[in-house]
Amino acid sequence: MTTTETPGMLRRILDYSSRADPYPLYAELRRTPVARQEDGSYVVSTYRELTELLHDPHLSSDVRHLSRPMPSAEGGDTPAFINMDPPEHDRLRRMAMRHFGPPHTPGLVAGMEGDLTAVVGGLIDDFAGRDQIDIVDDFAYPFPVTVICHLLGVPRDDEPRFHVWVDDIVNSIDYDPRTDPKEKLDKGVRARQDLRQYLGGLLEQRHGRPGDDLLARLANDDGPDGRMTDEEIISTANLLLIAGHETTVNLITNGMLTLLRHPQVLQRLRDEPGLVVPLVEELLRYEPPVHIIPWRAAYSDITVADTVIPKGSQIMLMLASGSRDPNRFHDPDSFAPDRRDNQHLGFGSGIHLCFGGPLARLETQIALTELVQRLDRPGLVADPPPYRRSPVLRGPIHLPVEQNR
Amino acid sequence: MTSAENLRAFKRDGRIVVVGASLAGLRAAEALRDEGFTGSLTMIGDELGEPYDRPPLSKQVLTGWVPADGTTLPRRRDINAEWLLGVPASGLDLANNHVRLADGREIPFDRVLISTGVRARPWFVESEAALDGVFVVRTREHAEGLQRALAAGPSRVLVIGAGFTGSEIASICRERDIPVTVAELAPAPLVGALGAMIGEVASDMQRAHGVDLRCGVKVTRLEGDTQGRLRRAHFDDGTTIDADVAVVALGGIRNTEWLRGSGLAAGVWGIACDTGCRALTLDGLVTDDVFAAGDVARCPNPIYEYRLISLEHWANAVEQAEVAAHNMVSGQADRWPHLSIPLFWSIQFGVNIKSVGVPTFADEVVVTQGSVPDHRFVAAYGYRGRVTAAVSFNNAKWLDHYRKLIESAAPFPPPCPTPDQPVDMKPVPVDFPGPVLLAQGATVVVTGHDPGERRVTAAEQHHR
Amino acid sequence: MKVVVDLSRCQGYAQCAFLAPDAFRMHGEEALMYDPNPDDVRREQVLRAAAACPVQAILVDQLEGQDVPVEASPS
Repeated sequence: MTTTETPGMLRRILDYSSRADPYPLYAELRRTPVARQEDGSYVVSTYRELTELLHDPHLSSDVRHLSRPMPSAEGGDTPAFINMDPPEHDRLRRMAMRHFGPPHTPGLVAGMEGDLTAVVGGLIDDFAGRDQIDIVDDFAYPFPVTVICHLLGVPRDDEPRFHVWVDDIVNSIDYDPRTDPKEKLDKGVRARQDLRQYLGGLLEQRHGRPGDDLLARLANDDGPDGRMTDEEIISTANLLLIAGHETTVNLITNGMLTLLRHPQVLQRLRDEPGLVVPLVEELLRYEPPVHIIPWRAAYSDITVADTVIPKGSQIMLMLASGSRDPNRFHDPDSFAPDRRDNQHLGFGSGIHLCFGGPLARLETQIALTELVQRLDRPGLVADPPPYRRSPVLRGPIHLPVEQNR
Repeated sequence: MTSAENLRAFKRDGRIVVVGASLAGLRAAEALRDEGFTGSLTMIGDELGEPYDRPPLSKQVLTGWVPADGTTLPRRRDINAEWLLGVPASGLDLANNHVRLADGREIPFDRVLISTGVRARPWFVESEAALDGVFVVRTREHAEGLQRALAAGPSRVLVIGAGFTGSEIASICRERDIPVTVAELAPAPLVGALGAMIGEVASDMQRAHGVDLRCGVKVTRLEGDTQGRLRRAHFDDGTTIDADVAVVALGGIRNTEWLRGSGLAAGVWGIACDTGCRALTLDGLVTDDVFAAGDVARCPNPIYEYRLISLEHWANAVEQAEVAAHNMVSGQADRWPHLSIPLFWSIQFGVNIKSVGVPTFADEVVVTQGSVPDHRFVAAYGYRGRVTAAVSFNNAKWLDHYRKLIESAAPFPPPCPTPDQPVDMKPVPVDFPGPVLLAQGATVVVTGHDPGERRVTAAEQHHR
Repeated sequence: MKVVVDLSRCQGYAQCAFLAPDAFRMHGEEALMYDPNPDDVRREQVLRAAAACPVQAILVDQLEGQDVPVEASPS
């Protein structure tokens, strides 16, 4: 059943006023699992349909397969593998994975546990003597940024430069020509160029100089798939730099916010540190850092929930809604860290499953463990806290917390 | 008493006996307790020790990474059972509802689950099978023996049979840098299960990894030295090869001999059941108190024209165990049918091979995604214009989509292109070497004329 | 500790091999080989790996060595 319905429902979700609590709107949206919009695009919001599509080889991540190409800040640059289809996607992801995870570099992430704990410890040390801290600015942002800079080989001191670019890029991800000023897109385009140029400069220094960071490894490695071109390396580094901290900031911040809203769970986590493992999975379901995959393209006609989505259509995947689908998760709106069979969509699914997921998990597990152990009687200053603009990468822009109450 | 009262009484203090204490038996026992069965539960198994997992035996164990006794299955829950291990069952008496053990004991039951599985098909000449250096791989003792033989650095290993197990063992040998010859009667490895197209890919993979692959040949004789150690194998083309280890990987034999005379439809093909895992009698009548699950069960699958299919698949054992357990403690109206689409995997030569559906139930096959030369692809199988199965090589993340195509009887070849569709996508005949599915000797005789007299009798069954 | 992976569910996401590389190893790009009996000192890592599995295919023993079966001796 193709339903041209819920006019304005999507608009309401994307509207900033819904940012603090989009979940009741998601519940309404789920009444039409595959909803055709006035502009011919489709919004998918139920768990079964989302997982079906994420494993459907006819669903394309390549913008060229949209019949009405959408305005994008990416312009004519080589896309990153997140915006590609097999076999090119698989090749580039495999080449990047050689330096980050199994099978070629299996111990990298697990081996970072000590360093991550040290970074977290240092940041929390700085809370000493302060009655109020901002979990975002004082902790959840600097922690993953430090980590991804180190991994990639981007100087940490350059953070103030790329911070602005990354903000503009993230703001342009959900650019909607109907409602947003063109300025928003233009800023994104400029920021992307600036960031690419900056990363290109760093890459230039790596050629012929093997080293441990990802840029150096990508620049000098000849694996079974050959070597990435400079353009491909820059696109990959660009993706990992942005995704490598933007999402983790939200996950850690959402985690602290959720714990402060559930003081009995917070106390349990203090008493049973092992709880953090399932708790982070539940967090990825309950308050995920990525709410929406703003577009995919139907490479050919796709049938889902008895609806035929015509070739070339834009498809929006409401991942966070799927993870709250009562047809898949019992009592989906309750935060239950002991939940079993928690196959959430927090990192997506299928071939595009989050590249850095294992690192984000470990970072968040360590961050939340240390925060609850060391913060003394923490409490929210404002609930809800102020949110960032983006409905896609959703999270508080600040999370003021008072301690030593 | 009403049937509901009967059922409640049975769940409270009935007697359930599970014959076969491996994966299916254990999972069924756990599911019975989950379902609220509080009566007595007896586990009968011919092997000593706790239930263990078998797939690692031809992989992690043979590489030397995992000890053979390290694959004990984790428990989902306490099952509070009486375990009778180390003694095989020797008979089933349905007139008096008891299981006979080989040591003469009789174990009474109200309901019984049969999950006796399969055993390895031994080399057909007993004296040659007894040679030092000749192995099968089914139990952990087998795997331990073979692992020791591989660790000793044999000059050459001969693998007889290039099905999944044989191919996995050949892969391990190459990983350990041991020279290996694979002998297969069919034209290519895996061809009996996956057809000629995939067989060709499997041949390439084996040869690329340095396997001496010999197809279309039969091993006629295993020759020992004066100390009774294997030293040579003879082929039907007159050639010979020197090897100090031979692995006989010719598939399995279902453990149903103990059911002879029980009146159940049990034979070389397994135990015929309905989709609810209730065993059928020889006459094809459904029993109420006898259930079967796992490798030994042979259930109809509506997707495949209701044909009776037995599967030696890990997931099938687990799913059937759960369905059987549920139905053992449920009334007629609450029974579940086992309707899931078969799933299978094999790990060899660094490639993850997975299948969904029943590839032998097909007349054509087509590569729908990826690249065959790179050993990264998905192939869909079709039967009379609908999708019935799919196989992936290092492309497992797409298989759920094909499961959906099978469940919805989607048209074959799949009409909609994908970004990674090969340019020359064209269905080819699936080409299996022998008769499939219904091939295993239907050795029964029907007698009688009036409807009240018509009966089926088992004819003598010959095992090789 | 006892572990089993339902490899028919496994799709080769390798999350386990990231988080507990001593117990879970990728064999090529997609095939998983694992230690069904990893040492107890790896317990924390293995539990992390099990929780992270996107298809929840990793089962860890719920009993920890209780319910050891009574072994009947062959007659």
